[in-house]
Amino acid sequence: MSAAHRALRGQVAIAGVGESDELGKLPHKSSLQLHMEATANALADAGLHKRDIDAVFTSGRNMANDLPEYLGIRPRFIGGTQVGGCSFILHVEHAMAAITAGLCEVALITHGESGYSRIAMPAPRWGDDSTNTQFELVHGSSGPPTGYGFLATRHMHEYGTTKEQMAEVAVATRKWAALNPKAFAREPLTIADVLASRLIAWPFNLLDCCLVTDAGGACIVTSAERARDLPKRPVYVLGTGECATHQMVSQMPAFNRWDAAIIAGERAFRMAGAAPSDVDVAELYDAFTIVPILALEALGFCKPGEGGPFVAGQRTAPGGAFPMNTNGGGLSYTHTGMYGIFTIIEAVRQLRGECGPRQVADATVALCHGTGGIWSAAATMICSTVT
Amino acid sequence: MSEPYTGPLPKPTPETRPFWDAAREGRLLIQACDDCGTRYFYPRPLCPSCLSRNVRWIEASGRGRLHTFVINHRPPRGFPIAPPFVIGMVELDEGPRMMAHIVDVPADPTAVRCDMPVEVVFAALTPEITVAKFRPRTTP
Repeated sequence: MSAAHRALRGQVAIAGVGESDELGKLPHKSSLQLHMEATANALADAGLHKRDIDAVFTSGRNMANDLPEYLGIRPRFIGGTQVGGCSFILHVEHAMAAITAGLCEVALITHGESGYSRIAMPAPRWGDDSTNTQFELVHGSSGPPTGYGFLATRHMHEYGTTKEQMAEVAVATRKWAALNPKAFAREPLTIADVLASRLIAWPFNLLDCCLVTDAGGACIVTSAERARDLPKRPVYVLGTGECATHQMVSQMPAFNRWDAAIIAGERAFRMAGAAPSDVDVAELYDAFTIVPILALEALGFCKPGEGGPFVAGQRTAPGGAFPMNTNGGGLSYTHTGMYGIFTIIEAVRQLRGECGPRQVADATVALCHGTGGIWSAAATMICSTVT
Repeated sequence: MSEPYTGPLPKPTPETRPFWDAAREGRLLIQACDDCGTRYFYPRPLCPSCLSRNVRWIEASGRGRLHTFVINHRPPRGFPIAPPFVIGMVELDEGPRMMAHIVDVPADPTAVRCDMPVEVVFAALTPEITVAKFRPRTTP
């Protein structure tokens, strides 16, 4: 990796973050309204005005040119990279590229999705002539719940990973959610509860699967220099990485590891000049309980095959040795369909010390990591209040 | 085929039609690149390894191993098989992997295992579309 790549470290910062005014089941709000509320809240958090935005990044059902109209902005740099739920983490890298190249100064990364209520959210459907229908759906596949499971089964076969270890993730994440008033599911959960919930697609029970909610989220990225003049403490972007390997899960290069995440993580740590042991708090997209387990291996927090034992004994829960998904995650806080932006929002709040009862003490380095599609793409972002 | 098929129904495209035409005749086609030697599935007219146009169709043996699997309890709307059922990722003896419905096995994780030998069987969905499924194989 080049010196130019490493020189991006700390050049931009996240200046503001915000969710929609409400999260959960919101049949009274469209996806674009959720975008707009999150944008307004992120701008207020950053101490900036709508007129300051000169770049917009989004992904999902709403295209990047829906937003200038609805929000009343005229971006001169437009990013619409759509690789699934991690797109917004990857947008941070793209915003950094544009800002450091001098193409824009203040980038809005925004997400809004009426994932549960589906207000102004047409359900996506593969065409009959798509490769997905021809080579996957015709075999009875149901998209993410089946697609993510193939890797879980192989991991169990090769490494002895257990359903109990997967359930540990759901239980620990729920404990964090109990400390977050914005979380959707906050009642206590046990491993037995997870194992007793109805089967969706073995090896996943219902409580191995993320929520389906309505929500918006946004963040503002600007140069480190400009961020230092704003009211809140800048959260500097120290390292980013991204990779994609396939679209259909049947084309995944290997089923016992997550190649896209390995590459994204290596790049992010290299740029940051950091190691996994430097990370104080990890926000890892948990579409299914197996996903953070594989992310922990891919990112080097543990060795290949050791993700199951790593999360055992409630290690990732409040008070545990490895604070993970401290907002309650996609499993218990919110999951619209594209969770990536919420990893950024929580990381920034943890680093600023704004998290109240769920605050991780002395958190100075956070890592955000997401999946897109069905293990298809991955994006990693390491950030800190210290450069 | 007494009941009309109501599940997801593939519509072949120009590059996939030879695969579907062969499946209707009970033959499982994959592709091989004569420049780099890669054997691959799903159908693409240029080799996904080296981008060569020097590729040809070859008939697979129909034998392979179940690399990994899931047991689906919530199939797509209209899918004609009653849940739960097994969906596998089959690794063909020739190398490529493909998704397939695994038949003649209980939908029970203790009865299905990764790497078990499987063989192809064909099932007609409509007069035009026949899909490759796989079942456990007892021969070595």
